[in-house]
Amino acid sequence: MSTGVSIIGAAETERIGRLPDQSVLGLNVEAGARAMRDAGVTRDQIDGIAGAYSPHGVAHALGITPRWVDTTNVGGCSFLMHVRHAVAAINAGYARMVLITHGESGRSRVGAVPRPRDPASLTGQFEEPYGARAPYTRFTIPALRYLHQHGLGEKDLAAVVVSQRQWAHRVPRAARRELMTVDDVLAAPLVAYPFRVPEVCLRTDGGGALVVARTADLTPAQRERAVAVLGTGEATDSLLIAQMAEAGVSRAARAATDEAFAEAGMSRRDIDHVMNYDAFAHLVLVGLESMGFFAPGRAAGFIAEGGAAPGGELPVNTNGGGLCYTHTGMYGMFAIQESVRQLRGEAAAQVPGIRTSLVLGFGGMFTAAATLILGHH
Amino acid sequence: MSQLPVPVPTPETAPFWKGTAQGRLRLQRCDECGLVVHYPRTHCPGCTSPRLSWFDASGDATLWSYVIVHRPEPPYTEQEVPYVVATVQLAEGPRMLTNIVDVPPEPEFLRIDMPLRVRFVARGDQWLPVFAPAEGGAR
Repeated sequence: MSTGVSIIGAAETERIGRLPDQSVLGLNVEAGARAMRDAGVTRDQIDGIAGAYSPHGVAHALGITPRWVDTTNVGGCSFLMHVRHAVAAINAGYARMVLITHGESGRSRVGAVPRPRDPASLTGQFEEPYGARAPYTRFTIPALRYLHQHGLGEKDLAAVVVSQRQWAHRVPRAARRELMTVDDVLAAPLVAYPFRVPEVCLRTDGGGALVVARTADLTPAQRERAVAVLGTGEATDSLLIAQMAEAGVSRAARAATDEAFAEAGMSRRDIDHVMNYDAFAHLVLVGLESMGFFAPGRAAGFIAEGGAAPGGELPVNTNGGGLCYTHTGMYGMFAIQESVRQLRGEAAAQVPGIRTSLVLGFGGMFTAAATLILGHH
Repeated sequence: MSQLPVPVPTPETAPFWKGTAQGRLRLQRCDECGLVVHYPRTHCPGCTSPRLSWFDASGDATLWSYVIVHRPEPPYTEQEVPYVVATVQLAEGPRMLTNIVDVPPEPEFLRIDMPLRVRFVARGDQWLPVFAPAEGGAR
């Protein structure tokens, strides 16, 4: 089964990393223009626009007059939701071809919206007074209990880095490419115990964009490189990290993924490749288990044995992930990009024979999650 | 002057912060279904009833999970480092985010599920509930 909608264009900005010469708007526009070129379409064909940063502004800057707009911003998984919403809009006839852009000056903060601090908000009253503002002081809190519950430890977090460094080592654009052992990771400086520097994502500048259209409308040339959107899901959970129901379970990831599999008419066994949002190392364990790929507490052993690494049974985060490739703050767009590259056979660390790929995104810590199941036509 | 964030109460949270200024940790209980909730709300998340009544919690809790922050960003650089950010399980059921104080910020002194007791520290014009190991907490 399929949604009847495909990703026909996908591109990242030419450069990712430290880009003090590019604004947020500029990164969005560059990514959008590159995705349109990749799709072989012109701006006149785009009639829908989506993004987490001023899609209306991006549309105007690109000379696009949209008849459908989606400004959903729930953090890092927003772009997965944009794909899902674009599928719905296209199938409803509200748009024929949607451009989804991401651009973020996460490191250099050029033309970036100031991060709002509202001391009367829930997080302003019940988190920030305690020194819990940056993601590494909040997103990380459930990890220790999760490890404790399953008899796991710091080595199991480190093993996620070891696995993903093996992928990043093969990816020229990845920021952290050196191979590491568990001991290397454990010798790195602590950021917030039990998390050490390599277990915390990068903070970079960059962007990416997608063009989404009805599969039936594609030219033969477009269809050849198109990636089918087979299933989609989205869900939300608690705003405050302390209200998370279980330490090792994202209810949002579970619900979004169940929905995506139901729509695709597929099961976990049908998935050849996974991109699992990884702002922090524990998200890979929590994500894979919440999605039902592993029983609670079992993802760590699989990863430690190399199951997610090159040559493993289920390749995970083959660009190196947010820990090693790039992480602008809202990483989800880059996870989708890697799935598209893998399915097109164009990835730097290409896995042979991939027919399906699943992307899981988190947003606003564990506040939101979204899932895409992508595949060949 | 300290730049550490000071909570600003809203109509639904004001009773909570009035309580902490009096050395009381206050929670809400639903008059309809009995669910105890924190953070403060106008409607019960269990049954959507608008009738939630405030009561004084025991102040007892256990350590649910935590991180020890070694590299704070401003303005938290003015605090003592490292510091412990924790989620605690209140005896009445809900969880809350807080700091663990009066204990060395090292894993061997911070056991998951260890008993804790509330205390209150001044922050600007407000009082923050924080938690310390309970008396005889080494049980």
